[in-house]
Amino acid sequence: MELFFNPFDNLVCILLGISFTVWFTLLLVFIIVPAIFGVSFGIRRLYMKTLLKVFEWATLRIERGAKEKNHLLYKPYSNAIIAKEPTSLEEEIKEIRRSGSNKDLDSATEFELSDIFYFARRGVESIMDDEVTKRFSAEELESWNLLTRSNYNFHYISLRLTVLWGLGLLIRYGFLLPLRVTLAFTGVGLLVFLTSVVGLLPNGRMKNFLSEKVHLMCYRICVRALTAIITYHDSENKPKNGGICVANHTSPIDVIILASDGCYAMVGQIHGGLMGVIQRSMVKACPHIWFERSEVKDRHLVAKRLSDHVEDKSKLPILIFPEGTCINNTSVMMFKKGSFEIGATVYPVAIKYDPRFGDAFWNSSKFGMVSYLLRMMSSWAIVCSVWYLPPMSREEGEDAVQFANRVKAAIARQGGLVDLLWDGGLKRAKVKDTFKEEQQKLYSKMLVDGLIQSWAPLTD
Amino acid sequence: MGSRASRLLREEEIEEIKKETGFSHSQITRLYSRFTSLDKGENGTLSREDFQRIPELAINPLGDRIINAFFPEGEDQVNFRGFMRTLAHFRPIEDNEKNKNPSATEPLNSRTNKLLFAFRLYDLDRDDKISRDELLQVLEKVDVEQKMSIRFLH
Repeated sequence: MELFFNPFDNLVCILLGISFTVWFTLLLVFIIVPAIFGVSFGIRRLYMKTLLKVFEWATLRIERGAKEKNHLLYKPYSNAIIAKEPTSLEEEIKEIRRSGSNKDLDSATEFELSDIFYFARRGVESIMDDEVTKRFSAEELESWNLLTRSNYNFHYISLRLTVLWGLGLLIRYGFLLPLRVTLAFTGVGLLVFLTSVVGLLPNGRMKNFLSEKVHLMCYRICVRALTAIITYHDSENKPKNGGICVANHTSPIDVIILASDGCYAMVGQIHGGLMGVIQRSMVKACPHIWFERSEVKDRHLVAKRLSDHVEDKSKLPILIFPEGTCINNTSVMMFKKGSFEIGATVYPVAIKYDPRFGDAFWNSSKFGMVSYLLRMMSSWAIVCSVWYLPPMSREEGEDAVQFANRVKAAIARQGGLVDLLWDGGLKRAKVKDTFKEEQQKLYSKMLVDGLIQSWAPLTD
Repeated sequence: MGSRASRLLREEEIEEIKKETGFSHSQITRLYSRFTSLDKGENGTLSREDFQRIPELAINPLGDRIINAFFPEGEDQVNFRGFMRTLAHFRPIEDNEKNKNPSATEPLNSRTNKLLFAFRLYDLDRDDKISRDELLQVLEKVDVEQKMSIRFLH
């Protein structure tokens, strides 16, 4: 019996050995070596073009299916649910009163029962569609990209489409996912190992040079691990030493995307576990700014460490995400003023993801970090554009908040994102009562002004 | 695979809601998507907290009362039918509806029903009367400073 199985076992072992060797050689030649030298074969772009054609075909089929049933397709952008008019409180209330009464009112005096129409309508409008809550969930797509997670027109899928979807599933989970996970482990492992090695060298130009090369190489491997296809624009504006780089925040992947094109000093809280190991080894090779949990609350300490780092021109530019939380890449929310108070030159960067290939937004209330990364690695690709904007500094007579808003507007304009004043913290926290009081004050001011105006003729 | 809607809306339900409220097919599906995105607990109903999470509604001085309008007497959860029934009050009146048979049941977005909705925002104890106290309470909510010089309509 044993004799029977031995040659068979041997054959299987040999075959396995050969396939592993072939696999790893291919990996090395096509992915890792280009990553080290920063060149690209263009395989990913070809892949992207093919996928686009497939998606267009899939959408056409769904539309055809919908037409057969005489229904309108669910299209989030081509027909917004309601039309909101941007009129002010005063204008609208005057209009309500003018249409209601016989008197010729040209100022909003007193209180009228009909004023309530304005508040009621605005309230129900915000229930149907508001600007803030939709920023904290994944963006809705126009066409279907063969991922179940982004489909809202389930009823219209034909057999052919289901087969295609099944094929896609097989490719993504059977081939792409293992490939990407292997690469990710390679990239992270190399990062930890090589930065520790570089950290053993004495401080000097050689160390900085090597640390730069090591960081870039490992980040490029991670980029390939996600099949991220990135287009960088305006690289002449890349951040320089002694500056602060600010960008809009959509996911933790933003860091990998930016750091694979330039070297930055990261800022963040020290974590435990694998993350902590990576952080501690990174800081051996070049100075990053990691805070202990207790230090994070102390704003003065944070500001001091940042400004110390910025003043030392030999240190790398700091990378900061002033929104403080992940937003779904359709808008930019309020920037926290801390990084704008330091007085260094700010280099704004706009990052815009193409949602057709895979949604990069990290909904931290729905997914943990590991399940998020698995989702990323099992979508088709991550396609994004990065724009380096010209540097900005605080002007005379401008305070930190105004400067932050100016930078935010520039980033929103470039990335084609909506510029919102709302705080990203509203993802978890409630609105402060002061905002409600402002609305109340606005209305009462209108009434009181009208009242005073109506008294004016009496005093003559 | 993690689809967004915890359950999809069936065609029969869409037809029923269409008949009751007058919304079109696409409007109903859009609003259902909105309903599910507000429903953080994913149990098919909305609670008051789900509404209060909308910042623009939270800063509206009458926000709490508008939220109350969605919940029938004594209940704390509203399902999609109830949600649509309340939203239907704000649907515009179309021309072909104006000349309808007067003996048929009044549509939810008729002039009378719209006024009734606004009236109920004032009438807190739901006794179909606005007492002087209730009116004064509304005025406190909108923070009018010179209370003594307000003149009421007849």
